[in-house]
Amino acid sequence: MKYMCLIYTDPNVTPPMGDSMNAAYFDLNRRMKEAGVMISGDALQPTRTATSLRKRGDKVETMDGPFAETREHLGGYYVIDCPDLDQALHWAAQIPGAAYGTVEVRPLVVFG
Amino acid sequence: MKYMLTLYAAPDAEPSPGTPEFDAMMGEYFGLEEKMKGVATFLAGEGLQPVQTATTLRKREGRVETMDGPFAETREHLGGFYLIEAADLDAALRFAAEIPAARYGSVEVRPVMEY
Amino acid sequence: MIEATLGRVMQDDRGRLLAALIARTGDFQRAEDALQEAAASALVHWGRAGVPASPTGWLLRAALRKAIDGYRRDTTLSRHRDAIAVLAEEEAADPDPQTIPDDRLRLIFTCCHPALEEKSRIALTLRSLCGLTTAQVAAVFLDAEPTMGQRLSRAKAKIAAARIPFTVPGAEDLPDRLNSVLTVVYLIYTAGYAQGPQIGIDLCTEAIFLARLLLQLAPDQPEVEAALALLLLTQARAAARIGPDGQSLPPIRQDRSLWNRAALDEGLALLDRAISRRAPGPFQLKAAIAALHSADGPPDWPQIAALYARLHDYEPTPVIALNHAVALAESGQLAQALAQVQALGAQLDGYQPFHAARADFLARIGDSASARPEYLRAIALAGSEADRSFLQARLSALK
Repeated sequence: MKYMCLIYTDPNVTPPMGDSMNAAYFDLNRRMKEAGVMISGDALQPTRTATSLRKRGDKVETMDGPFAETREHLGGYYVIDCPDLDQALHWAAQIPGAAYGTVEVRPLVVFG
Repeated sequence: MKYMLTLYAAPDAEPSPGTPEFDAMMGEYFGLEEKMKGVATFLAGEGLQPVQTATTLRKREGRVETMDGPFAETREHLGGFYLIEAADLDAALRFAAEIPAARYGSVEVRPVMEY
Repeated sequence: MIEATLGRVMQDDRGRLLAALIARTGDFQRAEDALQEAAASALVHWGRAGVPASPTGWLLRAALRKAIDGYRRDTTLSRHRDAIAVLAEEEAADPDPQTIPDDRLRLIFTCCHPALEEKSRIALTLRSLCGLTTAQVAAVFLDAEPTMGQRLSRAKAKIAAARIPFTVPGAEDLPDRLNSVLTVVYLIYTAGYAQGPQIGIDLCTEAIFLARLLLQLAPDQPEVEAALALLLLTQARAAARIGPDGQSLPPIRQDRSLWNRAALDEGLALLDRAISRRAPGPFQLKAAIAALHSADGPPDWPQIAALYARLHDYEPTPVIALNHAVALAESGQLAQALAQVQALGAQLDGYQPFHAARADFLARIGDSASARPEYLRAIALAGSEADRSFLQARLSALK
């Protein structure tokens, strides 16, 4: 079963690992790949690079900024393949962002 | 350049499963990759199950806390995403405008980090 | 007669049947539906042919058949072919409920999974393990039955959709997950303690039943032993906790002839056994505090203060910090107690015991001027007439 782990962090909170942050993520990527659970993962650029878009009728409206202004911002994600929620939460707990932000874990839709 | 397109819509704004409108919408989703060839390249895309299936997790002082529900209770819910390769933001926005969720809700477009 | 027998079997064995069915179908909702249909069909069949020799075995077999039916009715048949084959085999083997493994431990871990809302955990546990009806669970929470029905459905839908496993967690996760289960049991107990028996449900009895069940299913777990000990030690004093004038009494002022000696002894023995395993945990600390309150003579406050300090490491909540401060004050460490409550003001401002404790500490150091407004605030927040009159008496005694 595939799960998405959405990583939300406050840009004003300094991560406890500081400069070693990237290394911590790369290490997790490696361990997830070795365990055969990682399908994909990306880090997003800061929310100031975001553009939101809606279409009403034929009119496309764009707006500067993210969909919602929250204190913690969506900063990245993983898609992982795990047998059950406990396994998914076990991996989610190892995401460095879980230690200073919030991780949402949600199962993905299986089409067809 | 890689962009992530996150799709938000209120659950009651979209057509319900089992209606012809829903089938038409799903048809649009399945045809999007083909339709947007030349504008942007589809890399990945997933639909998320409803927010009722979400669990949020934090780790503080080594302890893991879990909670029922999504990260934030918003009227429009995160329902899925696309990862695309596009030449620039304009191309990414053209792709975003063709996603049905743009009509029912909104789509956020953000570049991803390249390492 | 048939209905009474069926009702009794469904109340006594519902958890066991449901757990066995979930283990086989892998689907909480399907298992529950199948059991419901089996019970409906029992009324018809038992009415015609009499109650079978093993009513539980009959219900299990009937429910397995209903589950097979359910899968067949489902339009996505091909996906369920494997499930049907497994169920058909079980059904043909004429299952004897005494020989099928007891899966209730897996069921309680699923019901108390931390990915579910706490209220849903309690509701699912009462419904699935204690055999309460949805209407009874609704009554416990003072909810309307349809509202509770929706909550239970949402929880089961999440278990299925997010694939919350039907399993006993591994050693690494066990301490936290067991704590989540024991917390649900304890919350059921405290709800019963506050409400008293009502609408034919005594939640204290249900909680003690669950704790005993856990002890039977997971023996040698010191936290389970301690949780049962905590419930028994509290329950032992239940009859004495309200004085003849309707005022709630601390253990030291209770009429000990009203204490249930058997429950007290069993609780103390369980606690000794738990502590001898040398794997400390929050329920052992809570039970040890309860035991010190039941001791002959005045309680050993320095020891109670030390236990609260350790409990605070596990559960850093302001209420535990307040209890710690009270124990410090009783031990004579007033300055430290006062400094500690001072720091809790922001978090506990609307909490009556906080103001009562602070007033008491200030009165003890002779600062009547500061104690007076604290008593007034506590009186304004008091929930019962007994508390109000007690606080009023303390206020009048100020110099």
